[in-house]
Amino acid sequence: MVITIDGKKCEFAAGQTVYEVAKANGIYIPVLCHHEQIKPVGACRVCVVEVEKARSLVASCAMPAEDGMVVNTNTPRVLSSRKLSVELLMTQGHHKCITCESSGDCVLQDLAYSLGVEAPRFEEPAAYRELEQANEMIVRDMNKCVLCGLCVRACNEVQVNQVLDYTGRGPTAAVGPAFGLKYEDSDCVFCGECVRVCPVGALFEKQGRFQGRGDDLEKVRNTCAYCGVGCQLDVNIKDNRIVKITTPREDAPAPNYGSLCIKGRFGYDFVGHEDRLTTPLIRVDGELKEATWDEAILYVADKLNTIKKEHGPDAIAGLSSARCTNEENYLFQKFLRAVIGTNNVDHCARL
Amino acid sequence: MTNSITDLGQADCFLITGTNTTENHPVISTFIKRAVTQRGAKLILVDPRNIELGKFAAVWLRQKPGSDVAWINGLMNVIISEGLLNEKFVAERTENFEALKETVAKYTPEYVEKISGIPAEDLKKAARLYAKSGASAIVYAMGITQHINGTDNVKSLANLSMLTGQIGRPGTGVNPLRGQNNVQGACDMACLPGNLPAYKKVTEAADRKPFEDAWGVALPDKPGLTIPKIIDGAGKGTVKALYVMGENPMMSDPDLKHVEKALANLDLLVVQDIFLNETGNLAHVVLPTAGWAEKDGTYTNTERRVQRIRKTVNAPGESKPDWEVITLLANKLGAGWQYASAQEVFEEVRKVTVSYGGITYERIENVGLQWPCPNTEHPGTPILHAAAFTRGKGLFSVCEHIDPAELPDSEYPLLLSTGRILYQYHTATMSRRSKGLVSRTPQPFVEIHPDDAARLGIANGDRIEVSSRRGSIEVVAEVNGRCDKGVVFIPFHYSEAAVNRLTSAVFDPVANIPEYKVSAVRIKKVA
Ligand code: SF4
Ligand code: SF4
Ligand code: SF4
Ligand code: SF4
Repeated sequence: MVITIDGKKCEFAAGQTVYEVAKANGIYIPVLCHHEQIKPVGACRVCVVEVEKARSLVASCAMPAEDGMVVNTNTPRVLSSRKLSVELLMTQGHHKCITCESSGDCVLQDLAYSLGVEAPRFEEPAAYRELEQANEMIVRDMNKCVLCGLCVRACNEVQVNQVLDYTGRGPTAAVGPAFGLKYEDSDCVFCGECVRVCPVGALFEKQGRFQGRGDDLEKVRNTCAYCGVGCQLDVNIKDNRIVKITTPREDAPAPNYGSLCIKGRFGYDFVGHEDRLTTPLIRVDGELKEATWDEAILYVADKLNTIKKEHGPDAIAGLSSARCTNEENYLFQKFLRAVIGTNNVDHCARL
Repeated sequence: MTNSITDLGQADCFLITGTNTTENHPVISTFIKRAVTQRGAKLILVDPRNIELGKFAAVWLRQKPGSDVAWINGLMNVIISEGLLNEKFVAERTENFEALKETVAKYTPEYVEKISGIPAEDLKKAARLYAKSGASAIVYAMGITQHINGTDNVKSLANLSMLTGQIGRPGTGVNPLRGQNNVQGACDMACLPGNLPAYKKVTEAADRKPFEDAWGVALPDKPGLTIPKIIDGAGKGTVKALYVMGENPMMSDPDLKHVEKALANLDLLVVQDIFLNETGNLAHVVLPTAGWAEKDGTYTNTERRVQRIRKTVNAPGESKPDWEVITLLANKLGAGWQYASAQEVFEEVRKVTVSYGGITYERIENVGLQWPCPNTEHPGTPILHAAAFTRGKGLFSVCEHIDPAELPDSEYPLLLSTGRILYQYHTATMSRRSKGLVSRTPQPFVEIHPDDAARLGIANGDRIEVSSRRGSIEVVAEVNGRCDKGVVFIPFHYSEAAVNRLTSAVFDPVANIPEYKVSAVRIKKVA
């Protein structure tokens, strides 16, 4: 089956939406309330397109492609509708990009800029809401919320934690845990999926606040340090310091496709912790004293030599670690087997 | 895991047992929860605790801790007697069916109810669901293995999957969830006393040969000691030196008093770690290492996927990556190793480890590969045993129920299970140094059933002394309905209340896993 988008003939499979077909064919349609892992709702109207023979503009994220359909994604009518939607979204809150954590990485900011919104035609609301920042992990700044609902849907559809919901209507409409509870007082498990999908700066990582944003940050892909799921995540650094952990908003790889749990997303501050060991230690007169690498390695090598000579290699044993890398575990057992000459090597797999 | 994490999402039915997945493998639990809520998959939960996944379960079987062989045999009894077995699969792909049939014959639902406390009708319902669903996946973790008969528990689950042919296809399989980030890799790399890399046997000359050639030395042919035997050896003086890399036996091993005495008896205790942990405090030499995000390398996850970690920030002070430290020491002892990077070590790994042969740093730059992956054209293996089992035909093992080693009695009337919680990790050297995690669960606690609490005059938040025959610890009471009456649960993350002061050093004879899920304790309020 074929549809035509901006003059280009595009093959598609049953069930694909116009937005998905366009994306697969390299045709850009902006979206805000849409996410590839979440059922589309077509609420923000940013993704509208013109479909030939249809009277009104349609939300491409929710529109199933049909054979023979002819679609245009950037006619003047589309652009002016899109611009109006963005101006309305902007004036739902207070968008002070100067100190926003999302600046440089914000769907709304990008939209306003690319659509050339000089200044929104509408007034901002008068009330400014207190930031919710009592817990150690997630800050909520509802002044920047555009009510796209992605956090609610991610919490329910992706993580199935069933914590967030829509509350109120009209001017009091909001998102959050039931009964207006704070995250920390609700059943929230701080997986941070809501932070990941939020297209703006309404939800962000507390420990990264004012530590760096946008292009200041270098992202290095790593595998989570905690459990055996092996989630892929991006360590965001600035000046040799971890600022925060993120995952790609879309197109994230297996095995976790962008989802994490509290440990992976917020459990990283052990890395630069002040308790870290910084130098070898040797016990002298019952106390551990600082030593150089040369001294420490020599001490261990001498002792191992003596013990091996007097008692044989099987008087030596090693415990390896399920937290070290494959390379390190490989060398560790090779060391005991090929250098010491014993099979006394084990690790904590059973504990 | 025989299957993949992504693949779990395709199951029509889950049999989940001995894993508190939402807390210990949270992201895997999302695949399960989505399958249930969005695709209508059915979840059978078998767990003594009323865990979060219970909310999603079609049936919840609350077995008595230590009765796993009984209820699994019971499921097979129902499946055979109701003719729900996969006869074609049994005939073509398995051996020893008659012996299995004979053994499970006596595990009628009524008999199993007596041992496990699971109502006979619920057991039948679960058996039908598992056997009749198009694709049923078994998912388990330490709740199955940390018993004196843990090996039998695992074999029984394998029996169940073969009996119904629920293996070797998408959405099926027997899927153990490995607890730590690289426990799979540490096993693959043969940090095990009887193995060489890729599960070759140290006792087989033909298995040793390629490694002797590659490493240029003759290798010892006698299997080495497991952790408990190493600790015993240290206590007895037959083990004189112990080298510990990134481990903390002073927290993680059973009967800590015994461990402490044994370690104090060593001539040399070397501890190589990122923090000075409880074991390091007893060491003669402590070597500081680079940790996660401070070095290059690979981890292998629970679905056998080999993935990268990368040097992202500098390690503090003088600390060095573990591979560098071992190389320094090996060379001081005359080994002449020449590794300039983790990648060079990996290149050697893949030369000597057939299942890793096709995996290179380049190939896993963006997405990891699942072993077996024997050559660089091979796409990796998401599902094991699709056409045949490793040994050819799948062998039904015959397992009988046995009681746990230490059951509650009049002196120690409560049954203690230990485990992990969402907000902490293992011996907590990492997680307790993380503000966010600490803020969620700052102190050690014990979960108690409201009836037991009422009987003992205990209220939520009271300080409680928990004692076993081996020691006692102080924790805070959390009175809730998660444990059954007569059962208490304590996480093992807290050094000030190390629960392994209470657990007993009794082990599964084959796998040498301690029975952490069952010990007898008593509790009282601290005045
Ligand atoms: S959310 Fe986006 S538009 Fe709003 S202040 Fe932040 S960067 Fe600017
Ligand atoms: S952190 Fe996770 S559980 Fe908490 S509200 Fe966000 S998505 Fe839901
Ligand atoms: S908090 Fe973010 S994700 Fe949630 S509704 Fe508001 S803008 Fe959307
Ligand atoms: S993010 Fe959570 S689920 Fe994923 S690997 Fe880390 S600890 Fe495991």
